Amino acid sequence: MSDFPDELKYAATHEWVRVEEDGSVTIGISDHAQELLGDIVFIELPEEGATVSAKDEMSVVESVKAASDIYAPISGEVIAVNEDLTDAPETVNADPYGEGWICRILPSNPAELEELLDANTYAGMCE
Amino acid sequence: MGQKTALYDRHCTAGARLVDFSGWDMPIQYTSLIEEHNAVRQHAGVFDVSHMTIVDVAGDDAEPWLRWMLANDVARLGQPGQALYTAMLNDTGGVIDDLIVYRLRNGYRLVVNCATREKDLAWLQAHIESHQATLTERPELAILAVQGPKALKIVDDILRSRGEPELADAVQSLKPFTAAENDQWLVARTGYTGENGVEIILPESQAPELWDALLAAGVRPIGLGARDTLRLEAGMNLYGHEMDESVSPLSANMGWSIAWKPEDRDFIGRDAVSLHADQLTDGTLPVLIGLVMTERGVLREGMRVVCTLEDGSTADGITTSGTFSPTLKHAIALARIPTGTTQCAVEIRGKLVPVRTVKPGFVRHGKQIFD
Repeated sequence: MSDFPDELKYAATHEWVRVEEDGSVTIGISDHAQELLGDIVFIELPEEGATVSAKDEMSVVESVKAASDIYAPISGEVIAVNEDLTDAPETVNADPYGEGWICRILPSNPAELEELLDANTYAGMCE
Repeated sequence: MGQKTALYDRHCTAGARLVDFSGWDMPIQYTSLIEEHNAVRQHAGVFDVSHMTIVDVAGDDAEPWLRWMLANDVARLGQPGQALYTAMLNDTGGVIDDLIVYRLRNGYRLVVNCATREKDLAWLQAHIESHQATLTERPELAILAVQGPKALKIVDDILRSRGEPELADAVQSLKPFTAAENDQWLVARTGYTGENGVEIILPESQAPELWDALLAAGVRPIGLGARDTLRLEAGMNLYGHEMDESVSPLSANMGWSIAWKPEDRDFIGRDAVSLHADQLTDGTLPVLIGLVMTERGVLREGMRVVCTLEDGSTADGITTSGTFSPTLKHAIALARIPTGTTQCAVEIRGKLVPVRTVKPGFVRHGKQIFD
């Protein structure tokens, strides 16, 4: 069964968000999303320094079976991307909440965090 | 809740993720699509394809009737145990279905697609007319495909340990598209992966035991996900993707399966596909080819292919199937494009990406087969 860590927030479009101590947020795709996609073979990462708006497409994950857009769960500036995924996209399957993170964003409107789902609500949605 | 094959419980035990496939609950994958794919290329895998429809044809007119119904010629099946791949065409030369027909000791056996079952049966039934031929659907039979470089040896061992030495001998000596049968089993050297292997048709009550024996011998269960990537690497068509009732078999790389001779054999769709053959010569009929993309990204079904023709003009083609090839580790696709295309690019999320065109077929026996 899929894993839904309590300390994370989730978007209905299957991204997770972790608020870091410096106020930035780390973003990835949920365990449920990676399970549905199956073996991931390519990731088109967002560009470092890009400004994104909440719900904008910012990245694409391609598995053998399907291509899936990744939406920015929150508005802000992309301050880091996980370059390791370029050569090892399967890391997202193996460790979606850890080494499989996709990018970090410095939020321009932290109030948007309140609109994200908690683990229970998101897990209920995935049933 | 869909229909279940005799192996439904085995799929659940093996950890399958089940999906609806034309009304059947079928395994899409058990562990990882890529691992399953590689198991078939490197060792051996077993597919439950019992959802496919089996129709036996018997009666004095079975042969002449099938010679009229099918584009390939069953008269080429000189003796029981021979098989061929064929299209069943409509009057306008579109493909109603693609199927394998086996000549058995008592008549013929057709194995047709599950998704087309109802229209196939209706079409066949509607054309029996005064022919002395009977159709018998065989839902009580299961089909297991065992495919991969180790498949023949493993099946041979299992048949021997079951006390079936004649069938076991046959497995090792069968040529592709031949089969051996006893009273209950049909073991055929056919498959949908580009590897050596067999498809075994047997009473469904015996299927779980065979499944267990295969798994105990190290054969991995393979889901429909890897079945699709394997057939696409092999360059094989999937009905509803490469062809349907609106597509000429000559636009689906199936020209080789049409028996034009003897010229006096009439078959449904013959006039129409003869016209298509002229159009192919004129260059006005699109053709099915393979695409290879080594850039990052994955080709998918339904993508626009921008084709540059000999005179420098461009025209559109379309991908009919596409995937990431686990064996080659880049994207491959089948696509229908105008004849005379010299260069292709595929539109992926608004960008044109150059691709190579090759004959439809990418991997056989675990190895790349295009230059």
